[in-house]
Amino acid sequence: MSMHKSAGDTGRMRLAPQPGEVIDRDHTISFGWNGSQYPAHPGDTIISALAAAGERVFSRSYKYHRPRGVLTASYLDPGCTVQVGDEPNVRGAHRLVEAGMDVRSQNTWPSLRFDVKAVNGLAGRFLSAGFYYKTFIKPERLWPAYEKVLRRFVHAGEVFPDTPRGYYDKRFAHPDVLVAGAGPAGMAAAVAAARAGAEVMLVEEEHHLGGHLRWGDKADLALLAELTGLVANTPGIEVLTDSVVIGRYDDNWVGVVQRNLPNVTERLIKARAKTLVVAPGLVERPYVFEGNDIPGVMLATAARRLINLYAVKPGQRAVVFTANTEGDAAVADLERVGVDVVRVEDARRGGRLIRAHGRTNLRAVEFACSSRVDCDLLVTATGWTAPTSLLNMSGHDAAYAPGAARFLPDQSRLPPGVLAAGGITGDGRSDQLVAHGDAVGQEAARRAGASGADTALLPALAVPEHPQLFRAHTHGMVDFSEDVSSKDLHAAVKEGYDSVELAKRYTTATMGAAQGKLETVNTVAIVAEASGRTVAATGSTTWRPPYAPVTLGALAGRSLEPVRHSPMQAWHDAHRAVPLVAGQWIRPEHYGDPDAEVRAVRSGVGIIDVTPIGKLDLRGPDVPKLLNLLYVNKWSKLDVGRVRYGVMCAEDGVVLDDGVTGRLGAEHYLMSTTSSGAATVWEWVENWLQTEHPDWQVHVTPVTTAYASINVAGPRSRELIGRLGTDIDLDPEAFPYLHVRTGTVLGVAGCVLWRIGFTGELSYELHVPAGHGLHVWERLLTDGADLGATAFGVEGQRILRLEKGHFIVGQDTDGLTQAYTAGLDWAVKLDKVDFAGKTELKWQRERANHPRLVGVQPVDVEVVPPEASQILLGGQIAGRITSSRMSPTLGRAICLAQVDPRLARPGTRLRVRLPDGTDIAAEVTEHQAHFDPEGARQRV
Amino acid sequence: MMIVPCPWCGPRNVSEFRFAGETRVRPDPDTATPEQWRRYLYVHSNPAGWTRESWYHGAGCRRYFSVERHTTSHEIRTVGADQ
Repeated sequence: MSMHKSAGDTGRMRLAPQPGEVIDRDHTISFGWNGSQYPAHPGDTIISALAAAGERVFSRSYKYHRPRGVLTASYLDPGCTVQVGDEPNVRGAHRLVEAGMDVRSQNTWPSLRFDVKAVNGLAGRFLSAGFYYKTFIKPERLWPAYEKVLRRFVHAGEVFPDTPRGYYDKRFAHPDVLVAGAGPAGMAAAVAAARAGAEVMLVEEEHHLGGHLRWGDKADLALLAELTGLVANTPGIEVLTDSVVIGRYDDNWVGVVQRNLPNVTERLIKARAKTLVVAPGLVERPYVFEGNDIPGVMLATAARRLINLYAVKPGQRAVVFTANTEGDAAVADLERVGVDVVRVEDARRGGRLIRAHGRTNLRAVEFACSSRVDCDLLVTATGWTAPTSLLNMSGHDAAYAPGAARFLPDQSRLPPGVLAAGGITGDGRSDQLVAHGDAVGQEAARRAGASGADTALLPALAVPEHPQLFRAHTHGMVDFSEDVSSKDLHAAVKEGYDSVELAKRYTTATMGAAQGKLETVNTVAIVAEASGRTVAATGSTTWRPPYAPVTLGALAGRSLEPVRHSPMQAWHDAHRAVPLVAGQWIRPEHYGDPDAEVRAVRSGVGIIDVTPIGKLDLRGPDVPKLLNLLYVNKWSKLDVGRVRYGVMCAEDGVVLDDGVTGRLGAEHYLMSTTSSGAATVWEWVENWLQTEHPDWQVHVTPVTTAYASINVAGPRSRELIGRLGTDIDLDPEAFPYLHVRTGTVLGVAGCVLWRIGFTGELSYELHVPAGHGLHVWERLLTDGADLGATAFGVEGQRILRLEKGHFIVGQDTDGLTQAYTAGLDWAVKLDKVDFAGKTELKWQRERANHPRLVGVQPVDVEVVPPEASQILLGGQIAGRITSSRMSPTLGRAICLAQVDPRLARPGTRLRVRLPDGTDIAAEVTEHQAHFDPEGARQRV
Repeated sequence: MMIVPCPWCGPRNVSEFRFAGETRVRPDPDTATPEQWRRYLYVHSNPAGWTRESWYHGAGCRRYFSVERHTTSHEIRTVGADQ
């Protein structure tokens, strides 16, 4: 739908041009509301356009499905949440109309006007205080039916699973001064701080700067123009509109959601501000009385916003209940635009309101002595809420000031990096608010260390008297978002939830989309009156982040998870490797047929990319001491050229990692770790060296990615390595099992070759400088084609090692598996002076009641019990299968299992329960290894 | 997000560090009783106030160091190498 240049009629409630209006009358656009077309001017919000057309009901309430209209005419407005296209829960009084928008009301089945769910209002006793905890709970078997019914009542928009993902991004910022709120004080603070040399970020939740000046009188508009000009012309101020500070965290880490960017749905700014200036102004507080949520009952600020910003007449015949100058200004505004103000009830002179009458539209207001006035608009101005959320998050709880009828912060109790400015701290004329902001801005710049700032004395704003008005003699809505009435709060207190924090959770008052900004003070006041305490003694609920609702998209941002690839990844991709995510690494799980890969290794030769194996280069005279301390076995007598398998335990004796370490030179070792344990072991090594033994001379360099690592495994592996050409003597006499050599392979110098056997075959683990990895990998396959050289993946390796009974840390062991459980009796040397975990392992051996890791074979060779299948003994769980596969080599199912010591003897019959509940028989094997337990094949 | 003053790299976001726990003295493994050893492993004083603890600057200098931190205000003082 295109934009027409026309000054068309946009509704019967649209007023003649207003001095501060933000709509563009030169253009008219059209948008959809529940399927009908409505006109609007650019600059209109969805709700202002609908209100101009005479619409008054925009949603149905959360529990009782009562019709709701304008209450605040701002972002917070609980009755103005709508669906826009595929976007649910759009704040209709904030979101600007765009041509062609498809706007619909939410949760109004079957329709906005005719709504059978309003029977909830009659059945209200079922939805009373704490109904979440009482109703629809029993009998449990009826829950599916309850759920089906309740789903139709859900108060939210519709989410479409195939909605395209929006582009959300993130930004880091380091402003000297971040000002939250751009009313008169915030703008003045930003200008003052920038003039003092600070880099300033000024964040405003609305689409325009100015705060309440925007809907003010002539003088306010003149000041607005002056301040807007100053902000624009002062260098060093970054202005963010339609953006909101969502939270303040430790050391002034401030989250800002920025909404109005081109091509970016939303941006989350993570700002580290030297000084945070909190200048949100005040939020007008609704009054609690019967009928306070009938469409046509609104706050003074809402009426003034509709009139002055959008030129919308809020009603025809008005009653105003006022206790302050905002209400008086609303009377003046209403009269100026021709609304018939039939009664002004002034609370400062004892005026009282009883209830409002009407259903989908206000019909009358009732006063004391049953006097009743017919009207379609009731404007209330009964007080303010200081939105102290960001100050609470800074560690300061504002105190209730009874004379002012609101909570007030105490600047002296805020951390040095946080300042409050303007209306949140007190009242004043616009020029006084500007002066306050100016002083706070200078002080903020000084505290941020900006040059040119002098110490400013922070002036205090006056706090004039304001009548304490929370509730009339009748009961009404307290939380409009959650449909919690003052009656509910009284009931909650009566049931014993007399602490405001308990009453809040029990009734969900203050827990809705307005995040407490409209309802917290009324909640506190009503809990106070119901429990016979003062508001000050009752205290406030805790304001937690976020200050305003945040979309999950803004929090998630773009997906920028880094992944690691080996230098051979291009080859894997080209050969249809099935990817396996292993921590940050993407590895080939297999290349189509893991069983064939296993057979290739057993019969000829296979190669696997093991680059992710952790590798630490250790140098220095004290390396043997370090190895002795970290591994459970002995390392003092490892000759140059030798390799040894080692197991590390944590201080609780639990297996932490395993791997081999080889001695490359007199004071030069290479340690390998598991792939997933590489980072942990590096930290573990550093921890012992830095904190326990800083005197030891050991230098640690991680070289995991400096090498491409290839395990060449199988009876033909020696022949294949020889074909590549190497200056390393491969003769088994010169280079036996568990030895390491360095040299040139395939013309690549600086290779490390060690003979070890995770697969149980003759095998060489070849570490080549990473840049040559792909070259060597490809030549191994081409030169070994006639030997059957085959690439194998992690799955093939897992089968091969399971055939050999080698455990995998974290697979066959868990967070409670101490070394003796893993069958490491041969490795643990308790006669060493000290090693990590020694104490606990000594006790473990003494107790000797630990589970054992054993080889297990199901009697039925075809049945592979899934990993984690339980092993039962007399109806009790007495172990579990930790690894299981069908062995291509043996043609039968093979397992490792952790079992109760009573079941650990070879030959013991086990009962294994499968996930489907059936039991199978299995037998404990002689060795953990199912294949070649003597290890003959790897020593050739 | 807290700022942790690394003695080698200066003030950095806490996300660069790993909290390595309350600073404790490792008992002599040969003479420690099970009670002493498990107190060392599992029992932390966790005061609401000043506590001495170790941090590891994993995304920076990779050094362990000690700080005193106030657990309710996150104020950090007396930074030093962890020895």
